[in-house]
Amino acid sequence: MNKERKEICLSGSGGQGLILAGIILAEAAGIYDGFEVVQTQSYGPEARGGASRSEVIISKEKIDYPKVIKSDILLALTQQSCDKYIKNVSEDGILLADSTNVLKVPSFTGKIYQHPITDDAIKVIGNQLVTNIISLGIIVQLTDIVTRDAIKKALSARMPARIKELNIKALEHGFKIGEKLKII
Amino acid sequence: MSDEKQIVKILQGNEACVEGALLAGIRFFAGYPITPASEIAEGMARRLPKIDGKFMQMEDEIASMAAVIGASLTGLKAMTASSGPGICLKQENIGFAAIGEIPCVIVNAQRGGPSTGLPTKPSQGDVMQARWGTHGDHPMIALAPSDVNEILEITVKAVNFSEKYRTPVMLLLDEVIAHMREKVNIPSREQLEIIDRKKTNVKKDEFLPFKADEDMVPPMADFGSGYRYHVTGLVHNEKGYPTSDAEEIDKFLRRLSNKVELNKKDIVIKEEYSLDDAKIAIVAYGSVARAAQRTVKLAREKGIKVGLLKLITLWPFDDDLINQLASQVDLIVVPEMNLGQMVREVQRAAQGKSRVISYTRIDGDLINPIEILEKIEEEMSQ
Repeated sequence: MNKERKEICLSGSGGQGLILAGIILAEAAGIYDGFEVVQTQSYGPEARGGASRSEVIISKEKIDYPKVIKSDILLALTQQSCDKYIKNVSEDGILLADSTNVLKVPSFTGKIYQHPITDDAIKVIGNQLVTNIISLGIIVQLTDIVTRDAIKKALSARMPARIKELNIKALEHGFKIGEKLKII
Repeated sequence: MSDEKQIVKILQGNEACVEGALLAGIRFFAGYPITPASEIAEGMARRLPKIDGKFMQMEDEIASMAAVIGASLTGLKAMTASSGPGICLKQENIGFAAIGEIPCVIVNAQRGGPSTGLPTKPSQGDVMQARWGTHGDHPMIALAPSDVNEILEITVKAVNFSEKYRTPVMLLLDEVIAHMREKVNIPSREQLEIIDRKKTNVKKDEFLPFKADEDMVPPMADFGSGYRYHVTGLVHNEKGYPTSDAEEIDKFLRRLSNKVELNKKDIVIKEEYSLDDAKIAIVAYGSVARAAQRTVKLAREKGIKVGLLKLITLWPFDDDLINQLASQVDLIVVPEMNLGQMVREVQRAAQGKSRVISYTRIDGDLINPIEILEKIEEEMSQ
């Protein structure tokens, strides 16, 4: 990570675990990799559905403004969130779109990666709820925003014993996808 | 969790508030859930029973405030938390705590209003509610931290001030910092200054519950400890009984306000960034102060001499501080997530010594550093 301040926006709809994904990423960066970190969120009054986004800022220095100014990385799990937040990604930023739901990728000058993440969660891991964790695995593998070790430790520390194995499996699946993924 | 050593954790603002409150000695919490303050009640419900404290979920907000007042009178450090709509409902009893000189802390994690407004969006719309939400001339201490470490630290101060000055203290958070997570160093109790209320040492039959010491604050006695006294919302004499004696009324009400107003030196907390050579000053508080910090950096990269005065203590308002700043700079910009509440105080205190302008945003998003800079550049070009 060369830049002083990296801004990550995880977006989708309420219930997809984006805030939790943001917390895990923040813990990986802050506790295990020793960076300064801020995680914020924006969501509507609904418990499910509605736009939801989680923002993580990672920096070597103390972070002043705690919100994303221009995302370096955007995860979009829904078409709506992709269309809405792509405008706020830096010109040479990265978009990771879940092609299960994002059928039309908007035009964008940066790097675009696509993968049917929700489909993988259901078919490969057997639980749609780990879509967020597979996404984290892909992002970490693609960008080295935090170390693989740190994200794994942060995930293990967050997850209750009964679902730990499932989530680690999802994360490692994400790493594997990330290794093969090509820019479109 | 062990209280022995400093621990580093990623905590949410509301969680840091709980940590700070418990370290400061809060042992009673009564509340009613509301976004974006519910995590404070959740944390208290989880933690207090383990340390011999009490958590009560009450039937509504005003009852929560009443429970806090009762608990505080028995000698416990007591707290409640809510958001704007709930704070409105507590106001009657906040006034009671002020006139009864009952130490307590009220957390207000501000969201957009009026009414139920914007439940999940930040606002700074309750700055004036904090000061004048309950009627009549009364003292008020309101503190507004702007990051998660600061929430912990300032929560401790809020509890300390409430105990030291026997008065309700409002801790003003907003949705951004209440829900934001950051790396926090949790100090041990030994690393902190913890203030406990003064207790009386006179005999039970000689106790005058509202006879103040030199410092304008009367020592307290715990209900249930054998000291019997009367607490009332009516203006009262030193014995605690209602009075209609003009001299007693005047003396009491002036002391009530003065114990806070005349101790500004102790109560006012602020931070200054790059003000030494500044020609333009931003005066900001809460989460907006973090945007302003970045604005200072961006402006200086462009060669514009901007500095920041970050107010942590909003009430009592430090007129002298602003007056001095106004004589030093040409322009003061006050960005706020309301339609301009603190800017009026700044204008009043500046006494025309510098131009004071307002920048406001009320759409539920945090003010960003670039728009403050654009406002400054726009003003400079005029």
